[in-house]
Amino acid sequence: MRQWFKSGDPWIWLIGGAVSISLIMVIGLLLLIAVRGLGHFWQPPIVETTFHDEGQEIVVLGTIRSAETVTAQAVREAGFEVPEEQDFVDRYLFHIGNRDLTGRDFQWFVGDFLEEFRYPEDAIMLERREWGNFFGYLVAVKQGDEVIAEGQEAFDVLPELLDRSNELVAGTVRLERYDIGRINFAIERERLEQRRVELDDSLSAEEKADRIAASEAEVARLNAEYDELFRELEQLRASARRDSLVARTSDGREVTINLGEVVRATRANTMSVPDKIGEYVARFWSFMSGYPREANTEGGIFPAIFGTVMMVFIMSIVVTPFGVLAAIYLREYAKQGPVTRVVRISVNNLAGVPSIVFGVFGLGFFIYFLGGNIDQLFFPERLPAPTFGSPGLIWASLTLALLTLPVVIVSTEEGLTRIPKAMREGSLALGATKAETLWKVIVPVSTPAMMTGLILAVARAAGEVAPLMLVGVVKLAPNLPVDGQFPFIHLERRIMHLGFHIYDVGFQSPNAEAARPLVYATALVLVGLILVLNLTAIAVRNRLRERYKSESD
Amino acid sequence: MSATAGTSKQEAITARDLLPRGEQRRKLRRVRHAKDLATRAVVSAAGYGVVISLALIFIFLFIEVAPLLRNASLGDPVSYPVPGSEADTLYLASERYQEAAVRYARDGTVSFFDPTDGRPLLQRVVNFDGGEVTSFGSGEPRTGLVAYGLSDGRASVVQHEYDLSFPDDVRLVTPRLTLPLDEEVVVIDEQQQPLDVIAIQQGGTGIGIAASTRDGRLLLTRYASRRSFLTGETEFVQSNYELPRPPAAPTRILLDITMRILLVGDAQGFLHYYDISQPAQARLLDSRRVLESAGASVTAMEYLLGTVSIIVGGSDGSVAQYFLVRDENNIGRITRIRDFRTHDGSITSIFPEFSRKGFVVGDATGGLGLHYGTSASTLFLKNVSDNPITNASVAPRNNALMWTDGTGQVHYASLWNRHPESSLTALWNRVWYEGRSTPDYVWQSSSATDEFEPKFSLVPLSVGTLKAAFYAMLFAMPLAIFGAIYTAYFMSPKMRGLVKPTIEVMEALPTVILGFLAGLWLAPFVESHLPATFSILILLPVFMLVFAWLWSLAPKTLRFLVPPGWEAAMLIPVILLTGWLCVAMSPVIEVWFFDGSMRQWFTEVGITYDQRNALVVGIAMGFAVIPTIFSIAEDAVFNVPKHLTQGSLALGATPWQTVIGVVLLTASPGIFSAVMIGFGRAVGETMIVLMATGNSPVVNFNIFEGMRTLSANIAVEMPEAAVGGTHYRLLFLAALVLFGFTFVLNTIAEVVRQRLRAKYSSL
Repeated sequence: MRQWFKSGDPWIWLIGGAVSISLIMVIGLLLLIAVRGLGHFWQPPIVETTFHDEGQEIVVLGTIRSAETVTAQAVREAGFEVPEEQDFVDRYLFHIGNRDLTGRDFQWFVGDFLEEFRYPEDAIMLERREWGNFFGYLVAVKQGDEVIAEGQEAFDVLPELLDRSNELVAGTVRLERYDIGRINFAIERERLEQRRVELDDSLSAEEKADRIAASEAEVARLNAEYDELFRELEQLRASARRDSLVARTSDGREVTINLGEVVRATRANTMSVPDKIGEYVARFWSFMSGYPREANTEGGIFPAIFGTVMMVFIMSIVVTPFGVLAAIYLREYAKQGPVTRVVRISVNNLAGVPSIVFGVFGLGFFIYFLGGNIDQLFFPERLPAPTFGSPGLIWASLTLALLTLPVVIVSTEEGLTRIPKAMREGSLALGATKAETLWKVIVPVSTPAMMTGLILAVARAAGEVAPLMLVGVVKLAPNLPVDGQFPFIHLERRIMHLGFHIYDVGFQSPNAEAARPLVYATALVLVGLILVLNLTAIAVRNRLRERYKSESD
Repeated sequence: MSATAGTSKQEAITARDLLPRGEQRRKLRRVRHAKDLATRAVVSAAGYGVVISLALIFIFLFIEVAPLLRNASLGDPVSYPVPGSEADTLYLASERYQEAAVRYARDGTVSFFDPTDGRPLLQRVVNFDGGEVTSFGSGEPRTGLVAYGLSDGRASVVQHEYDLSFPDDVRLVTPRLTLPLDEEVVVIDEQQQPLDVIAIQQGGTGIGIAASTRDGRLLLTRYASRRSFLTGETEFVQSNYELPRPPAAPTRILLDITMRILLVGDAQGFLHYYDISQPAQARLLDSRRVLESAGASVTAMEYLLGTVSIIVGGSDGSVAQYFLVRDENNIGRITRIRDFRTHDGSITSIFPEFSRKGFVVGDATGGLGLHYGTSASTLFLKNVSDNPITNASVAPRNNALMWTDGTGQVHYASLWNRHPESSLTALWNRVWYEGRSTPDYVWQSSSATDEFEPKFSLVPLSVGTLKAAFYAMLFAMPLAIFGAIYTAYFMSPKMRGLVKPTIEVMEALPTVILGFLAGLWLAPFVESHLPATFSILILLPVFMLVFAWLWSLAPKTLRFLVPPGWEAAMLIPVILLTGWLCVAMSPVIEVWFFDGSMRQWFTEVGITYDQRNALVVGIAMGFAVIPTIFSIAEDAVFNVPKHLTQGSLALGATPWQTVIGVVLLTASPGIFSAVMIGFGRAVGETMIVLMATGNSPVVNFNIFEGMRTLSANIAVEMPEAAVGGTHYRLLFLAALVLFGFTFVLNTIAEVVRQRLRAKYSSL
């Protein structure tokens, strides 16, 4: 053994262990997110059991969120009488829902006091627009005040009626978002127009009065249109609320729930595996394409995905030419010397500056300085409400462009280095100017390197949150940055962002336990996006390396 | 071209015809040349653009920080004759917008005037109802409340107010004088003795007036405001109290806004503290002399904003700050907190700022000083007159000073004094804040009340930053460096091809994900599996060694199945098993050794334990830093020239000896720069710290407590900071410090790497 230690082998094993630990951590982390995130959409069975507490019997109905083994001591401290000889107890976290009735969504139950789990067939889980999930037993379905189906029959008619009400609710949302949104936007524009006329000193008093009167007339017309749409909306709403269902809760109360409030009803305990898979896909899709509800703790993340994509897109438009040209300067134009050394140190430092510093810079320079001045010059009618002088999409994109600049430069430069010298010299020898060599030979050949840089920059930007908290993301954006109103892309609007969504829902949410699976799912989407981007970049780069390795040989 | 081509088919084609004509060629050449130049210009611009961007960040941050370093400065004074009566000026104050100011004279004349040119706006005379003025007192300047004590035991209380209106979108300030007690004269002393000293204060519960009479009694009158249910008007309920007699005749009385503390100063320079929270049982709790030089007397004394701190000015020109500090018996003691620069002459006037803890001081030699409490700094002290300053006053927005010097003139000067709170001492030394028992390092930038004293100590934030970075490096360095050496030197190329992309993926993981997992998954996990956390630390290396030893004893046929360079892969199941074992054993260990709960045990031994603590941050941020260190260190080790290592091996050294003696030695600068860059990343990381700690700014290195770092602090507070304020600029300073720090680290690392590259190529 002494000999073995002397040979140094044990130390080699130990440092090898460092690599293994790192690998386990990365893969474990990815698996954790994947399992938790994907598990969110799978419908678990609805468990019914009876909880015995000091002579009382309470029926518990819900899904099991998690189970753990704790020391009996901890449970005793919480006031439960656990037998002396018992060291450990199991406990279960039930999602019991019915927040409007019981005041809480989740409850821990000690396994010792629970009866055997039962899986009643008439148990349903309702995903509601407000108050979280509902767990209960379906009793009847009503149309207006009239019961139209009971028992098994109720289960049969429910999906159809639910589809109808969901369709109508979607209609009201569309009406509100697009038609009424358009009118509100137009009215706001008229108000600004009036203000602009007032501020315009080149107009005479009569001209001002005329213009304002015209604008007032337009506002009146819009208001009339609004009233009409509003009536239509009321009708739709009433129609969506036609049907309701009667359900019994675990403690025996009967409640009536309007179908207009229900997003989805699942009779979990009778679902077959294909049913569950279908349900899984439907839920995943509505998560990806839906709007958030209930302070972001339910519903979908579409605005966050859209915001992230928009921001990254605008950032790419800025950072790609800048980064590529800077890399070309470093590799093709600059004389290698003190100047390039300064540029290189700048690039390295830009890469090393903490991201929050970019946020501070973006806030101070882009928003308060640039944005403030733009407002003074171009949007005086909106003052003192800021237009570009407050955090928004464009500033977030510009800040991230600065942040990801080194990524593009380094990657492009690496690609340029790999281009065989013969190619450049051949072009120059044939009489091409330096610019022609650049645009016709070097740039086309090094496009994959630039792509790599861009992909890596996008991946970096998509995951960056700290600076965005200062320059443009928001918890809940009422409008997407792109819509049907002129000028269609609203660069000054604040956006929602996947990374910030995770931070916000996970840490600032009033109902953290309920929101947790959603955070995992969001994290999964973000990690998935970034992994795909990075692996693509790695693949492109490796192919590029291989190609030039063979060409330069 | 095509038209000519058709007609000239039969003609002999010469080279000349194939080429464009000379003029065209010249034109083409010019265009090509222009394009070439344009390309060069654009490309160079982009190159310099990078440098400019970096410089712009630095310059911009610096510009935002620069005003913090600027000293207060006073503009050229404007002088004009005292408006109103010829009698002595008792009190001067101006209004927020500097469109009106007020002067109270001894004869009861109250004149409002424009402070910039002395133009009179309004004049009123306070009705003394036949009494003569014997004393004068004022409440906090923001209340505008003053009281005249009269020779017949009565007092006149008036209040100056300003109405703000915007006719035609132009601001109009209209001053007015009101009677806050609804009566022109109120009775303070039933025995009708002259009131020699009077103090008035307005608090949340109403108005209090304290006075001492000619025959030495100390009286307190409280007006509790009560809103009438029927009329909705405010009514006052008056209650009179007589307090214990002070040891000597009072010269100055101070009443605080909570109506619990009454301070009486006497001619010998003593200050007496009365507890008047129950006025009927008022007690004298503490007395002390507040001047250090013998023979000097207190000539001016005033509360700072919030009526906690007292500024005492003496005949010897000393200016000192006092407040009550609770001793071990929970009794307030008058405590000398700090001294300000001494004036040349006896202090004549002290006037507190309206919204901050600063004050302006006038002295008998015509000196005017501006001091700031929290930062203990004297912003300026200069002679503005040959005569004694009789009254000084600072504008509510701290943008102007006004003073009189007994020559019948009012002097008014603009003032720049935006950031007195920040000084080197206030940012980096222990500061004795109001209401605290000892000086301390505290960061607390905002609060709900107006009287709040902002506490801007950068020490807790800097310590927090270093603490987070330290634990992260403690976790990351061994893993990353050992891993890099193994990967570069021992690992089989095939496995290396798998490991490197995995590490790259690790680097790409957004920190928000790491922070979220650390805060919501790891922190509760660690808390409920504390024994597992520590046993993994100990058992992991042991089990790895045991496995390695067993492997070395294994039969050769088995060993040859796995080629060298795959040790790391073989260890993966060992590590997983160890981890599982530790977690599974965790509750058992808790039951055996820690009475069922290690968390509880910590509390019993007196270790503070936060769920989101430095341990969690260390692991999560370590995870983020590992790939950075790993890739640079791996690069450095991998590029060690092969002939060096082969030489060493050929001379009979074992691979491990070669690593220690040759590879590490050669690559150490590279590893050093990797650590530098990793450290820079850990220092600036925001999201992980924000999510995985409680963000409480504590000053310690306890691994079980949280911290607040510079970067997380910026993220938390920047959105709320008022643009252009001291807090805002201090956050920019924090950003500048981060920028500078990482700049130095990165530049060092870059220079070291460039040297190393040169060395490798020469070897």
